[in-house]
Amino acid sequence: MPESKKDIISQLQKDILLWQGFTPPMAGQARGIGLGVLEQAFPNHVFPTGNVHEMLCPTPEHAAATSGFISGILTSLMQNGGACLWISTSRKLFPPALIAFDVEPDRLIFIDVQREKDILWVMEEALKCKGLSAVIAEVRNISFAQSRRLQLAVESSKVTGFLLRNDLRRLSSTTCVARWQISHLPSEPEDELPGVGFPRWQVDLLRVRNGNPGSWNLEWAEGHFITINEEAETILPERLIAV
Amino acid sequence: MNKRFVSLWFRHLLTDRLALRQPKLKDVPFILVGAERNRQVVMAANHLAEAQGAVTGMAAADAKAIVPGLQVIDHIPGQADKLLKALGEWCIRYSPLIAVDLPDGLLMDVSGCAHLWGSEHAYLKAIVTQLISKGYDVRGAMADTVGAAWGVARFGREKPIIAPDRQMDALLNLPPAALRLDQLTLERLQKLGFYTIKGFIGLGRSAMRRRFGDCFLLRLNQALGTEDEPMQVLHPVESYSERLPCMEPICTAPGIEIAIKTLLEKLCRRLQGEGKGLRTAVLRGYRVDGLVIGTAIDTNRATHHVGHLFKLFELKISTLEPALGIELFTLDAPKVEDVEPGQELLWSAEGCGLADTSLAELLDKLANKIGAGNIHRFLPQEHYWPERSIKTSASLKEKPATPWRTGRARPSLLLPRPERIEVTALIPDYPPMLFIYKNKVHHIKKADGPERIEREWWLEQGEHRDYYQVEDENGQRYWLFRSGHYTGDQSNQWFIHGFFA
Repeated sequence: MPESKKDIISQLQKDILLWQGFTPPMAGQARGIGLGVLEQAFPNHVFPTGNVHEMLCPTPEHAAATSGFISGILTSLMQNGGACLWISTSRKLFPPALIAFDVEPDRLIFIDVQREKDILWVMEEALKCKGLSAVIAEVRNISFAQSRRLQLAVESSKVTGFLLRNDLRRLSSTTCVARWQISHLPSEPEDELPGVGFPRWQVDLLRVRNGNPGSWNLEWAEGHFITINEEAETILPERLIAV
Repeated sequence: MNKRFVSLWFRHLLTDRLALRQPKLKDVPFILVGAERNRQVVMAANHLAEAQGAVTGMAAADAKAIVPGLQVIDHIPGQADKLLKALGEWCIRYSPLIAVDLPDGLLMDVSGCAHLWGSEHAYLKAIVTQLISKGYDVRGAMADTVGAAWGVARFGREKPIIAPDRQMDALLNLPPAALRLDQLTLERLQKLGFYTIKGFIGLGRSAMRRRFGDCFLLRLNQALGTEDEPMQVLHPVESYSERLPCMEPICTAPGIEIAIKTLLEKLCRRLQGEGKGLRTAVLRGYRVDGLVIGTAIDTNRATHHVGHLFKLFELKISTLEPALGIELFTLDAPKVEDVEPGQELLWSAEGCGLADTSLAELLDKLANKIGAGNIHRFLPQEHYWPERSIKTSASLKEKPATPWRTGRARPSLLLPRPERIEVTALIPDYPPMLFIYKNKVHHIKKADGPERIEREWWLEQGEHRDYYQVEDENGQRYWLFRSGHYTGDQSNQWFIHGFFA
């Protein structure tokens, strides 16, 4: 009976997810985070909030793209009026930029730490605090044990954490739920207008626990993410030629 | 309640201290010499020198002539004040209100303290014997007024403890100097044949004022208790303060933890009852060896939550050095504010933003570990100049006074200072064709701009900036600007200032 076998396998997969801490969303509580198709890559098709995500940003350009992408996610994470902590040793983030992503910059609290060592301490303390929506930290290096401490902290508080890692030479395995890399894509001018279009990124989901890694092209326009289809783009010029 | 005061008189304050520092001076006569009106004068003499006739105020040369083998040591001005303050700090274990009484005494307000030692007699004896065992030649007296205690300590021949309301009887047989009068008045009294207070106390007040002035009457009234005398205490009493004396000196971290918890519970119970919360708290530990150690915490909002305050102190325990042990802990709350009682939430929303209690507690914890100056929140400021467009906010409650500006795109990352780039720009007021940043060539494909931002002339002088938002062939976006107007020579005009998302 192939159908029942399929049922059994899918049931087993659900059980495994449950044992690993991925509870399926309760009815009525399932809400997307605005990432569209990308959310299908995650277990239960839900973006894992209450987990630590790892973002790779080797260059300042990547860091800028990543901060834009995170700001887009923060929009929905902070929509209940929550606050967010940004921890770094050399802060470059320019708060007024966040307003373009519908995040009120005055709801971000910046912690400027002198020593690299303190970042992880601050992050762990912050992740234990239930009153926060998200915690973002710029770290150079993190060991497996340290990432495990962060994971234990978020498991009880359900705060979402983002680690921005700018040193890729010592990339070890961590307990983070997903590893991302965001890079720029050339923007498409709108209606043949001159100038710079909406920001567009290639979002690479390099690793995801119990999910399917992949690569997507996203654009941030008018307050939400738009998934760009490769085919659509190729179709578009043809249509223009036809016109 | 009846007030009681103790006056302590250190007869050889400075010389005792030197003898403690240098034990070889213990058995030799020595004097401290300082310059006074271009003369070398004896400032202090130890008891051996005094016994042989070298007294304070004498010329140094005379003293040397009288006493064979006299050691002469230079006097350091201000020493007495410093020493008395230190002794006063030490005496806080007997009473919280201690004042320095220059040049050679201490005053203590001991109202309600003596019964803790059994009786007034035992109390005074405890103080004096402790100080004598330390090596100071001290006399003490207790009375209802500062003046009477002062006089009896220095001139009293009989018992040192004057019963309540008996200060008049005690003063009668003392010389006029016991009233703390100035030298001129004393000489005048001497001339008139008043050798004891008994002689003139029966005179009419108006006659006394006419002859000796207001100051004389003031001193007399203060000694008799008809006029109040303010004391300048070493540690003004904090209105919110708790003390914890220990049976045995505490020298372990768990012991200190228990002490902090006990003090916090007492203080917070009181604060809670009055609807207040503390913003700063200072913990002091009085050590066996006489040093006072301490630490302080700050909170972002008024709180009387014991658990949270204890967590803040817990981070500081490692900085306390108990050495041989701490005898007494005090906890003061110099800054206290009203607490807004929060309403219990029926169901917890996903964080209630900046007003959240747990967030304030987290920030307290971070501020005490990494410093409050490292925590920032930004509010918009009405300036176009990018560096000045934001300001740091002082408190979590502050709301933006003006809305955030949304019209123009601003970069996600702003360099702390603009960095110079090399460009190729062909046409004036057009974005460049390519630029070189960190040895990498970026060909510009798309661009927006220019957006001219002028310097505010009333704040600073300099060139304006023409900003361009540019995108290179990989889609990476930068914020470039040209400083000043276009000139043919562009070698040092172009800068990169930020990265767009």
